[in-house]
Amino acid sequence: MRKWGFIVGGLLVALLLAGVVSNFASSHPDGLDSSLREGCTFDADDEIIGGSCPAQQEREHEIGGPLADYGIAGLDNDFLSTGLSGVLGVLLTFAVAGGAFWLVRRRDRAPQDATGAERTDPAVTSGG
Amino acid sequence: MEALAMHISNGIINGPVAAVFAVIALAAMAYCVMRGRQDLDDRLAPMAGLVAAFIFAVQMLNFPIFTAGVSGHLLGGALAAMLVGPWVGALCVAVVLVVQALVFGDGGVAMLGLNITNMAVIGIAVAYLLIAVLLRVLPRTPAGLAVTAFVSALVSVVVAAMGFVLQYQLGGTTDLGGNLAGLAGTMAVSHLFIGIGEGLITATTVVTVAKVRPDLVYALRALKPAAPVTVPTVGGVR
Repeated sequence: MRKWGFIVGGLLVALLLAGVVSNFASSHPDGLDSSLREGCTFDADDEIIGGSCPAQQEREHEIGGPLADYGIAGLDNDFLSTGLSGVLGVLLTFAVAGGAFWLVRRRDRAPQDATGAERTDPAVTSGG
Repeated sequence: MEALAMHISNGIINGPVAAVFAVIALAAMAYCVMRGRQDLDDRLAPMAGLVAAFIFAVQMLNFPIFTAGVSGHLLGGALAAMLVGPWVGALCVAVVLVVQALVFGDGGVAMLGLNITNMAVIGIAVAYLLIAVLLRVLPRTPAGLAVTAFVSALVSVVVAAMGFVLQYQLGGTTDLGGNLAGLAGTMAVSHLFIGIGEGLITATTVVTVAKVRPDLVYALRALKPAAPVTVPTVGGVR
């Protein structure tokens, strides 16, 4: 089926980007982070050693978790760790988003044709 | 190693302001579900899942920008708005942010409302307004589509960054002496360059999809050229 061919192809591209290319991403702080670090000086381990900046107020993340910071906890190989976490993230995002969109999709209309006049009945039939 | 944090972390904006934006974001997303349901059919639903997954993937790809030591990554608003429309597009970006906050420790959970407001609400709104205007005035060619994608992506990123500056003005946890010009300046300049990267990625992706499956590009379906000639438009005013 044509539609699914495109979806599968797109997913493969996303998996390749998150699973492999992600290892070649820049590890510098992004635009937001670097703006918040303005005014502080950092040592080689990225710890603040002087100055004053918004980033000093940063607090621990509530959850963390085994995939925190786009890695797999306990996996020493950086390449595998980043790549696998990316693959899991792509699959999880597709499952959550695709699943949710599929559940709430519109089902009250026959397959679309160009001729129809008023077909959309605003009376929402929830559930079902 | 925390260099991969990409979104607003805990502690940067105070709790009350974060809570207010959580309510704003929740309301906005609820509205998007309402409006988006009209767009979501058997064809759009899997495509929207793919768009969310693709945005997650590309957000991992930090690219270096102008100055040494600063990177940027896709926000995805213009891309999502182009491919699946503003309502579903905003939901796609929001799902990515929720997954990142809950599973990847990226962006505080308490800060989700702030991040969603900037990237899913402001970013998408600005992008789609520009898309709606540009697609109608520019020629219906791959070049016209590319320019639309590039400009809407670039501008939406800079405006979304200013959303953060506004939030920082309201509830920033470091006293910048009442002077946000410095923060606004670094955010604007860095996101101008990030916006160029975002524009290139968005234009490349949208033009590629339009070449392979033009019927899957929401903006091309929904936004007819300026002068509709024979086809009578049926309902569905957007």
